[in-house]
Parts: sequence; C-alpha cells; structure tokens
Amino acid sequence: MIGEPATPSGPFAHTANTVQRTMFMVLLALTPATLFNLYLFGWPAILLFAVTVGACVVAEAACLVLAGKPVSATLSDGSAILTGWLLAMTLPPWAPWWIGVLGAMFAIPLAKHAFGGLGQNLFNPAMVARVALLVSFPVVMTAWVAPHPLFTTGSPTLNEAMTITFAGETPDGVTAATALGYVKTELSRGIPVSESLQEYGRSSALTYAPDLMDLATGFKPGSLGETSAGLILLGGIFLLWRRVITWHIPVMMIGTLFVMGTLFNAFDPTRFAPGFFHILSGSAILGAFFIATDYVTSPVTQKGQLVFGFGVGLLTWVIRTFAGYPEGMAFAVLLMNSLTPIIDQYTRPRMFGRTRKGEPLPVEGQR
Amino acid sequence: MKLFPIRGGIHPQYRKELTGDCAIEALPLPNRLYIPLQQHIGVPAEVLVSEGDLVSKGQVIARRQGPVSVNQHAPTSGRVAAVTEIPAPHPSGLPQPTIVIEPDGADTWGTLAEPITDPFAVDAQTIEARVAECGIVGMGGAGFPSAVKLNLGIRHRIETLLINGAECEPYLTCDDRVMREHADEVIDGARIMAHALHAPKIVVAIEENKPQALAIMTAAAQAHTNMEVVAVPAKYPMGSERHLTLAITGRETPARKLTADLGVVVHNVATARAVHHAVRHGRPLVARVVTVSGQAMRTPKNVEAPIGATVSDLIAFCGGFAQRPERLVQGGPMMGALLPGTDVPVVKSTSGILALTAEEINDRPADPCVRCGSCVAICACGLVPVEIAAHVRHDDLEGAARLGLMDCVSCGSCSWVCPSHIPLVHYFNYAKGALNAQERERRKSERTKTLVEARAARVERIAAQRAANLARKPKAAVGAEEVGA
Ligand code: SF4
Ligand code: SF4
Repeated sequence: MIGEPATPSGPFAHTANTVQRTMFMVLLALTPATLFNLYLFGWPAILLFAVTVGACVVAEAACLVLAGKPVSATLSDGSAILTGWLLAMTLPPWAPWWIGVLGAMFAIPLAKHAFGGLGQNLFNPAMVARVALLVSFPVVMTAWVAPHPLFTTGSPTLNEAMTITFAGETPDGVTAATALGYVKTELSRGIPVSESLQEYGRSSALTYAPDLMDLATGFKPGSLGETSAGLILLGGIFLLWRRVITWHIPVMMIGTLFVMGTLFNAFDPTRFAPGFFHILSGSAILGAFFIATDYVTSPVTQKGQLVFGFGVGLLTWVIRTFAGYPEGMAFAVLLMNSLTPIIDQYTRPRMFGRTRKGEPLPVEGQR
Repeated sequence: MKLFPIRGGIHPQYRKELTGDCAIEALPLPNRLYIPLQQHIGVPAEVLVSEGDLVSKGQVIARRQGPVSVNQHAPTSGRVAAVTEIPAPHPSGLPQPTIVIEPDGADTWGTLAEPITDPFAVDAQTIEARVAECGIVGMGGAGFPSAVKLNLGIRHRIETLLINGAECEPYLTCDDRVMREHADEVIDGARIMAHALHAPKIVVAIEENKPQALAIMTAAAQAHTNMEVVAVPAKYPMGSERHLTLAITGRETPARKLTADLGVVVHNVATARAVHHAVRHGRPLVARVVTVSGQAMRTPKNVEAPIGATVSDLIAFCGGFAQRPERLVQGGPMMGALLPGTDVPVVKSTSGILALTAEEINDRPADPCVRCGSCVAICACGLVPVEIAAHVRHDDLEGAARLGLMDCVSCGSCSWVCPSHIPLVHYFNYAKGALNAQERERRKSERTKTLVEARAARVERIAAQRAANLARKPKAAVGAEEVGA
C-alpha cells in the first residue's frame, strides 16, 4: 500500500507557512532597526543585547529539558530568540548584564513555561520581564544614555564597554532623559508640555534640533526599540506586506494613541503632548507592530484584535498622561493581555446561516 | 452581474496547469470492470444479474431501492464474471458487494430508453423519472442522487438553477474540460433541469481562473435569454453550494436549511451533461471524466473512464508513476479522501485521482497552536476552529457543538492555513462522527423509552379498567371476566 497515513483525513495540501518561518520574518523585520540602534549606542548595547538573547535561549533550553520536551526541535521555532530580542529592545542600552539575565528569568520560565510553554502563556513574556524589572530596579531601568555612535569620539571601546556592562560602571555625565521622561518631569515641575518639548531638543546631549524628525530617526536617548521609529515602522510594514501580521492591532493602537493625543493637545497644549509626539516617542511603534501583535497573547478574532488595539492605545495614552511612569506601553499590553480570553469570547464571528446569537436565520417569507 | 462577497477563503496552489490543457481522452476498455452496488449516499441497489449472464452496454444490472438509491448499468457489453465483494473506494477499504464484468470488446449498446425529443413539452415527473432511471448522481463529489434534487421543484418555488462550474478544488480540471469540449451538452442539460424544476433563471458560475471555459460557455449560452454565465473569484471554497449561492444571490442559506429554501438549486456541470445524455439519447450514466494528476504521475491527463475501471487502469493509461507517491487521493486534495489502494474502481462521483508527492502535500508534525488567528480569519463558515479544536481535544463535544461544529462543511481551509500544521479538520471529522453516533444512540434509547412507556401506560390502563370493572360488577362475575381477559 502507498504511504501509511499519519492522519486519515485531508486536506492533502498545506500552506508553506510555518511557525518557524513566521518568527524568522519577525526577526528579519526587526533587524534594520536593531543594527542601526546597536550602532548608535555602541559596544555596551551590543553586549547587553547578546547577553539578553543568549540568556533567553539558555533559559528556554533548560525549561524544555525540565519539562521533558524535545529541545532542538522546539528551540528552532525561534520564539525564545524573539522574546529575548524584544526584551533587549526595551532595556536601557547601557544597563548591566544582570538586567538582561534577570529579564530572561522573568520572561522564559515564569511568564512562558509556568503557563505551559509556547502558545499557552496569557501575558507577553518580554513585557512581563520589562515591567518586573522596571518595578524592581527603577533606577537602573531608567538610566538612559544619549546615543554614542560606534567609532565616534566618546563612544566606549570594547574594553570600556566590558566595564559598563559587566561591572555596572556607567561613566558620569552620559545619562540623559528620554523625551517622554523629560516632558513628564518638567510637567511635574510646572513647566508646560509645549515649552519642555522645545527645551528637550536643546538639553539632550547631542543638541539636535527639537523636531519630530529626531524621534523618527533615532538620534535621541532611549532604549533600542524606542529610538528610530522610522526603521521600526519599515519593519512593521514589511510584516504587513508579508502577511505575518494584519493591520487590525497596529492601526487601531496607533490611531487611538494619535487621536487621544491630538484631541487633548488641542484642548490644553500646556498639559497634553501632541499626537505626533505620542506615536513617535517611546516604544509606541515597536509596541504596535511587534509587541501588541504577539499571536499568543492577543485575540484570535479580527474584531477582537480591533478592540485589543484600541485598548492598548488608550491605556498607553492614559498611563503616559496620568500615571507615575513616563512610558505605559508595556503596562497597557499586559492589561489588555489579561482581557484577551474575554475579548475572544465576545467577538466571535457570526456563523454562516445564523444570527449573532447562534439561532438559524429565518427563512425569507416565513418571518 | 453583481456578485456578493463570501467571508474568508484561501488561495491554495491550484496546480491546474498540470492537466488544464489536456483534452479528454477515452480510456481503452480494461479487462474487467468492477461496479459497486453502493457508490453514493443512501441504500445499495439490488443485483439483477448473476454470474455468467451476458449484458449489453447500458443494461440495468442493479435496481435502486427507494428514492435515495441509484440504478447501476453495465458500462459496456460483456459477461458477468462474478458478483462478489471487493474493497470499496473509501479510506476504510472495507469490502462491499460488487458486480464484475468482463467486456467482450464490442461495446454494443443494448436497447435504450426512448429519446425525449422535446423535453420542454413533457412534465417534470417524466424528466425526473428518466434521470432516476439513468442512475445519475451529483458528479461534483458528494454523489447524491440527482433525481431527488430535481424533485425540489415540487415543494419549493425555485427561482434559480445554479450550475456549479466553479471547480474550486486544486488540480481538478475535469469540469473545466467538459465545459470547454461539451458546452452545448452542458447547457442543454441545464435547460432541461431548469424546466423540471420550474426555475425561470439559470446561472452558470465558473471561477475566473478558467477563462477559456468562461468564453466558450458564454458563447454557447448566448442563444438563451434566461441563462447567464458568471465569473466568480477564484477562492476556495467557492464551489461549496451555500457559498456559491451567497456569492451569486447575496442570500445566506439558514443553518439546517437547504439552498432550495431560498429558491436555488445547485447542480454540477458534469451532472448537467449526464442529464442531457439521459433525456436526449436515453443513455444512462456509464462513464465519467476523471482528472488523473499530481506530480508523482508521469503524464497527468483528463480521462473519460467507464464506471468500474480500476484506479490502476487509469494510472497505467497515464504512464504510471514518475516517482513513488506519498499519498494516493481520490477527489481534490482539499476534501478528497485517501485511496486504500489501486485496486478500487472509479465510481460515479470520482472527480480526480491524484498521486501526490511529499513536497506537494507539505505536511509536517504538528506544533503547538500559537493562536495566530489565521484559521479564524479564513473560515468561510464564520467559525473559530482553534476554539472548537480545543473543546474536541478536551473531549467536550457539546462545547464544540455549541461553537458550531455541526455547521462546519469540512472544507479543510483551516488545516491548510495553520502554520503549526494542526490537523483541525481531522479533529472535527472525528468529533462529528462521535456526535452523530451519540445522537443515533440517543434516538434509539428514546424510541425504546417511548415503547416502554407506552407499554407501561397500556398495562396501567388495563389494570385501572379492571379495577373499575371490579368495583362495578358483582363479585360472582369476577371469575368469568378473568377467564375472558
Ligand atoms: S491557524 Fe493553527 S496556530 Fe493559528 S490559531 Fe488556528 S489552530 Fe492555532
Ligand atoms: S473545515 Fe470547517 S472549521 Fe475549517 S475552515 Fe472549513 S468550515 Fe471552517
């Protein structure tokens, strides 16, 4: 007989798509922004990035061994690399090595494998790690530096970078505030947003012009994933084009953030930052295309994805504007993650031939 | 014509180019033909011949039993070699009663039913009876007796006869070729069916990836004002009756109802051609066009094969295998079934025989579900396959049913699209089978319960009556009453 069937029913044709390919596409989409930012922040950032991704992969392997699952087959799906990569992109680039390792511990064993591994976790592992680190080590996690591009004066050599990353000795005078952080601090001192926004450009270490272009290109302090929204957006568009993600979550999230920012800014520009500032600063774009769109922790229905994107956008704006933290994307994503099962339940599509409630449609003429 | 969108759907690799330009070739008569008594949904036919009988082409060799059953005819002239059991063309490969015919090579027709020269002058019953007599079934794959579907004109007011030339399954080009080579026969058959159904309008729906068929059919339909040939988007599962009806009429068939409840009856193009042969020439359904394809086949072809030719006959006619096939499938790759071997016969609903390589099937071990939502986005029935599968896996069949398991048309799109290659449809088919079995069990026990209750009620009634009699009658009469009882 010909080919003993593994599964007796069809179909006998399948898409070429695999989980592995999907993860690879996401990593590919992240690459330009990551390379550019590693260049901007120099050797310490490169070391931290390597440590974080490495720690995630090691943690994943360890968890798989403990759970008795096949290691190499599962590791090759690339999900641990992606988690580490995304986490590294939200850390201060010159943070010490143990931040990356600790983050990996939060992300992989705690946020992923405690729930049952790939596909089972309720919360986005990278965001769980980021929030846990932020709450536990607020000082280290907000020690941002201004860009020190590789091979320029002031950029640490590999040796100096070793001391920064592994001995935790950040040289004096290089820390700087992120745009969101600066505006927030100034506002708390009574300086109107409209002024601090202008002031921000002059005060930042590299004294670039205070325009939005900076935010888009990346010459400003922040994490790897916060700066250069432009390249990240490019990666996001790539994912849309390759149909790895759909537009629902990113468009709703960015749209909501922009509309909220614009509306309130029009209402009181001294207290509320404008819409463009909101979407180009912090990790709004990274969050919209790469984090909120995480398959596992976002709704499976398209209507649910719209609700989810709206929620993340709204909460990000609320937290940035009213809460103690300057950046709220990670919190917003986690909050909406917790609602995902409920959203899925209430946004199921209408079944063919049935009403929303699941009753058969009436036959016309017999109503 | 304005078309209406259908939800979801996929664009698999069609690979129709393997056979799209292969004109229909007749299969040389094999040495033996195997005609199973049951090649359709419903009751098997009753054998009319016995070993050694001589039969002529088109002679009834097995008679249908009731309406959901079809006649079988001798596909050629020859001798009945045996009436025996051979494996069925079904994944189970279970043996089933089959008539074996040894052709004499002359291929002479017997006396056929009188041709109906003006079908539009006769009534619906005459046409229906002819279609039933000629053993015609739905040739798109389901194999439902066509006469039953022509009957729908009695209880429903039919507005549109929809001729399904979508052929949305990858690989298959048999309907495409039939339309390109026999457009007039298809159109005539369609008009006869519309007459039987009292349907004022005929729409022929063809997927837009068949431009030649569209052009030829449009030209052939020109002469008939009540007929329209429509290009529908190439999107799987466009050929599903309910979805095609929605695309053409914009109306959604309510759950548990038929398209006929909306005034639409759907028939396949090859069925229409068979109706033409039956009505105009009195010829029963004894052959069909089969697409023999797949990259493991040496020369893929469209073959007109007598019913009962074996799969190995067709494979040999197509030059054998170019390489060892990973899977041998009958029908299309999406909804077709695994063939248990090459000894099984071609039946009336066999639209394709595919020898597929591992690379074409592209199956791999399942990964965990990553909740990507693709299956939800593409399900043309608006279901949430990932959730239904989760219920099935936890053996919660009621939960799965609440989420619409029984509304699933098993089109296979969700399994096709899943990046984790989870065999979703396999779960659903398993669960549907289990639920149907439960339902049968429930009905049976309910029937038993009603019987038991009825008996109990009767016993009680008799006892009560007796008590009443006892109370009324004088004591002396009791003994006599008891004897009489
Ligand atoms: S397509 Fe597969 S992986 Fe994606 S949600 Fe459905 S079952 Fe899960
Ligand atoms: S097989 Fe069923 S659940 Fe899957 S896509 Fe088709 S109709 Fe939907």
